[in-house]
Amino acid sequence: MMEPEIVIKADNVVKSFGDRTILDGISLEIYKGETFVIMGGSGCGKSTFLRHVIGSLKPDSGKIFLLGKDLSKIDENEMDKVRMKIGMCFQSSALFDSMTVGDNVSIGLREHTKLDKSVIDIVVKMKLEMVGLRGFENLMPSALSGGMRKRVGLARAISMDPEIVFYDEPTAGLDPIVAGVIDKLIVDLSKKLNITSVVVTHDMKSVFSIADRVAMFYEGKVLEIGTPEEMKRSKNPMIQQFTSGSPDGPIRFFQQKDDYLERLVA
Amino acid sequence: MFRFFGRPLGLPQNDVRTSITKVGEMNLFAGIGKIIIGTYRQVVDVFALLFDTIAWLVMGPSKHKSVKREGIFHQAVFVGVGSLAIVFFVSLFTGVVIAMQSAYQLGKFGANIYVAPMVAVSLARELAPVLTALVVAGRVGAAIAAELGTMKVSEQIEALETIALNPVRYLVVPRFLALLIMLPCLTIFADMMGIFGGFLVGVFNLKLDPHRYITFTFQYMMWKDVWTGIVKSVVFAIIISMVGCYMGLGTKGGAEGVGKATTLSVVTSFILIILFDCILTGVFFFANQ
Ligand SMILES: Nc1ncnc2c1ncn2[C@@H]1O[C@H](COP(=O)(O)OP(=O)(O)OP(=O)(O)O)[C@@H](O)[C@H]1O
Ligand SMILES: [Mg+2]
Repeated sequence: MMEPEIVIKADNVVKSFGDRTILDGISLEIYKGETFVIMGGSGCGKSTFLRHVIGSLKPDSGKIFLLGKDLSKIDENEMDKVRMKIGMCFQSSALFDSMTVGDNVSIGLREHTKLDKSVIDIVVKMKLEMVGLRGFENLMPSALSGGMRKRVGLARAISMDPEIVFYDEPTAGLDPIVAGVIDKLIVDLSKKLNITSVVVTHDMKSVFSIADRVAMFYEGKVLEIGTPEEMKRSKNPMIQQFTSGSPDGPIRFFQQKDDYLERLVA
Repeated sequence: MFRFFGRPLGLPQNDVRTSITKVGEMNLFAGIGKIIIGTYRQVVDVFALLFDTIAWLVMGPSKHKSVKREGIFHQAVFVGVGSLAIVFFVSLFTGVVIAMQSAYQLGKFGANIYVAPMVAVSLARELAPVLTALVVAGRVGAAIAAELGTMKVSEQIEALETIALNPVRYLVVPRFLALLIMLPCLTIFADMMGIFGGFLVGVFNLKLDPHRYITFTFQYMMWKDVWTGIVKSVVFAIIISMVGCYMGLGTKGGAEGVGKATTLSVVTSFILIILFDCILTGVFFFANQ
């Protein structure tokens, strides 16, 4: 079998905000066409990692390669060329609230292509149809619910038919049926169009239904990478605890009792 | 060139607010030093933003990345048409006030007719550009900072960059151009309305002959008075747009951050407008000697 093509490569990425180290040496490789899921506790740096991969944050040290380009070496023009080939679905949706839903979805096509307005309108309808929001083109984002906003963000992310799509918790806050539809959409895009998907999610059900491979982040490091089956069978107690969602285990949510007392009286 | 292009967020990284809040923790001199360094960095950043904006304006079209006309038009309507009413009232009443105040002095010498040039010259040289700029800084500068600040904290700026749209080109340049075009227009409008206000006082209160009032106005008001005022308003337009955009794009920390950015942008613009008014008046004054 041929070596799979690497489209994203992170090499020992370190990032601190002030004196807090958020990413502490992340290394991983993502192959073309696969659906790669990133799991990990809230606040462990998953969104921050995505921001580094799409080039909106620069690492303190380490390298990131996106579609074969070293992000620390290319200038803004080349970066823009790379950005045209990726789509990002933000955790907070990040819709442009001065534009209608339709304009939000079509902005990339309007600004970067010479397509006719009628063609763009059809593309917008198609993309909105895919996320189940056909007919909402003329509403303003402020008139949508959180889940609907998230889906518009998704339609915007795939509007330019990118090679890689990043999804930051695409199904959080959606009802189970819509979440299932979105999961299926992610799988369809990657299987039918050979799009690479990088998905951050907490939803164990969707992890097992969409992921080709899973990476588990913990305290700024990659704990383990493997297929969902491997993760399930993993001996690592932290991964077991995460997959089963149990409050007891090596990952502590609450401080130890004596710790807490110490902090209180300090 | 393109200093901002190199930076992924295209945004100011430092913040004078943080340096001020930390002053209490250290000795006075370190504190003052920190504020000076912070301010210096901010000035450098604002100039970088200005050069970047001009670079996009000049170089953009040749790279097929010119600024969309609709965006500029939309902003120009907001800046220009939207400010007409408030500029009208401010300048009309300023004209009335100047006329009455100078009549109080000139009347003692029986020189009431000199109210006409007094009003026209002080408006054209000084009051119309400065008052219009202050009004627009309060209205438009604040709106720019609040809008861009909200976009920043809700990740919209980041989203824009991910779609390969440069925030300077897409957001800053249209606002810059709109102010650069509309503020001088508003200033000329303010000149006319102020002179009209003085005329009302002169004719109805001081019983001056309308024809003579107008003749006197244009006899003593030179072209130079008008264009120095216009030059001032161009500089003020640059100040308002750059400060508003800089504060907006540098916003940190949610709704509170947006509020701070808005306030800071208005306060900074006011101070800079008065400061540059003083400098420019000095330049025109000494150049004339
Ligand atoms: N701009 C920033 N300045 C300072 N700290 C930041 C910044 N961005 C993120 N952080 C910190 O980095 C840590 C990781 O944040 P991040 O958003 O990556 O978490 P996450 O893994 O996506 O969490 P969640 O699952 O809740 O979305 C958090 O503790 C956050 O406080
Ligand atoms: Mg996150």
